[in-house]
Amino acid sequence: MSTLILILITGVGLGALYFLVASGLSLIYGLMHVLNFAHGAFLTFGAFLGFEIARRIGSDTWWAFAASVVIGGVVGALFATLTELALIRPLYERHIEQVLVTVGLALAAVALFEGIWGSDPIYISAPAWMNETTSVFGAQVPNTYWVLMAAATALLISLVVFLRFTRFGMIIRAGVENRKMVTALGIDVRKAFTLVFAIGGSAAGVGGVLASHYTGYVSAHLGSTLLIFAFIVTVIGGLGSLTGAAIASVLVAVLQQFANYYLGGTGDLIVVVALAAVLLVRPAGLLGRTA
Amino acid sequence: MSTPVPSALSVQGLGLTIGGATILQDVDLEVEPGALIGVIGPNGAGKTTLFNAISGLMRPTAGSISMDGHDITAMSVPARARAGLGRTFQTSSNFPRLSVLENVRVAAQVGIGGDYSLLHFPRRGDRATEVAMDCLRAVGLDHRAHTAAGDISHGDKRKLEIAVLLATDAGLVLLDEPMAGVGSGDVPGLVDRIRDLHEEKGCTVLIVEHHIEVLMDLAQKVAVMASGTIIAFDTPDKIMADPRVQSAYLGTAA
Repeated sequence: MSTLILILITGVGLGALYFLVASGLSLIYGLMHVLNFAHGAFLTFGAFLGFEIARRIGSDTWWAFAASVVIGGVVGALFATLTELALIRPLYERHIEQVLVTVGLALAAVALFEGIWGSDPIYISAPAWMNETTSVFGAQVPNTYWVLMAAATALLISLVVFLRFTRFGMIIRAGVENRKMVTALGIDVRKAFTLVFAIGGSAAGVGGVLASHYTGYVSAHLGSTLLIFAFIVTVIGGLGSLTGAAIASVLVAVLQQFANYYLGGTGDLIVVVALAAVLLVRPAGLLGRTA
Repeated sequence: MSTPVPSALSVQGLGLTIGGATILQDVDLEVEPGALIGVIGPNGAGKTTLFNAISGLMRPTAGSISMDGHDITAMSVPARARAGLGRTFQTSSNFPRLSVLENVRVAAQVGIGGDYSLLHFPRRGDRATEVAMDCLRAVGLDHRAHTAAGDISHGDKRKLEIAVLLATDAGLVLLDEPMAGVGSGDVPGLVDRIRDLHEEKGCTVLIVEHHIEVLMDLAQKVAVMASGTIIAFDTPDKIMADPRVQSAYLGTAA
């Protein structure tokens, strides 16, 4: 029973991490139809700079942790904004080229990070509480998972509030639905593109810092690994659907954890099988529009 | 022959070729302020392409377009809209998952400003919402304000398009088949709404429409397009009697 609860809760925690990455991918795809392969680079850069700041403050304090999360978010947002302005915008409406340029950036960024921080994982420390566990019905749940869940929940709530209740959010929703018409009403959607990149990059940067606490280390490949799963949950949830991405993140991660425990570490395989199954039965994803 | 008031829309020598195929050539059109103009022609004559060129979605390869005397040929789509050009699209001009009210609000916001604000929350009673509700009342859709635009009837969707245009600052509007797919019972109501747009809001209106009888009754002048150019531009009576029109359009339509 306690094993079951442990697997379930760690699954949800891992799903929260997926969502931090997938939310940006989903928003960017929904509005701009760009599959952003550079998203992992935003995450890794956020993680590295978060680690650097925490190291200087004293990594096992809460102040250092908070500062690293803030820095991760800011760095992710800046990196993403620059990417949008310098690489994506000049290729406006040329989707294949936009995808290729993000792939190129992702490869170059990993090489750059390896050049700066080396190719071996750097182990990090955290506030003592995060290394402890909390007992839930007998299951000893590592506290890092609560942090992941809190961050993902806060992100989901703020994104929903932003999209549903602000003017800019309404423009983004309108742009996702019918970009031609939004433009014809006199709205320059490119501003919305930059903002969506910044939001996605920020979530990825925070995700990077939290991912490094989840794995216990930072490495140049942190983003690449997570990005694969983030893409999978984005597709399963329905490209462009934020709620779909949230639901799929949790479903996929829980499934993965259960398969890893009960089916001899086949979690990754099961996830790919689930992706294939969803694509066969519902090609548009769980909450995607059938176009 | 100088006109004291510049044309609401002036299209001169407009040409558009895509990959060697000529879609538009030598299109000339002068539209007086406050006019209601019908544009007809067989499928593939270039009617929608002309609208796309005027609104900026497609770049012409020759000629110029000016609005109220200002050359807009090189302006972007949103810049033209802010300069007072509104349009609808043949297939869908709505945002299906937004509420009916939000659809109109997006348009009203542009005129009022602050549409990129992260701090301003749209709410009951603010200026853009008031304008949006007024426009919905004008087309008789206020009772559906909080329904998703994708869930209202086809005729209501067309009315919503008019409400959206009412909420903008557009002085010149291009309606691309505003009655397509609308049941015959809804046509008179929709015609009245288009008249409101023209007479009460004072918009200059261009309409592409396949309901010829309705259009002949509504429009002051009709432009006939065939093979990418305008072959006749006159009052509905004269157009109906024009032998070139008979062969180019009415002949093929029958």
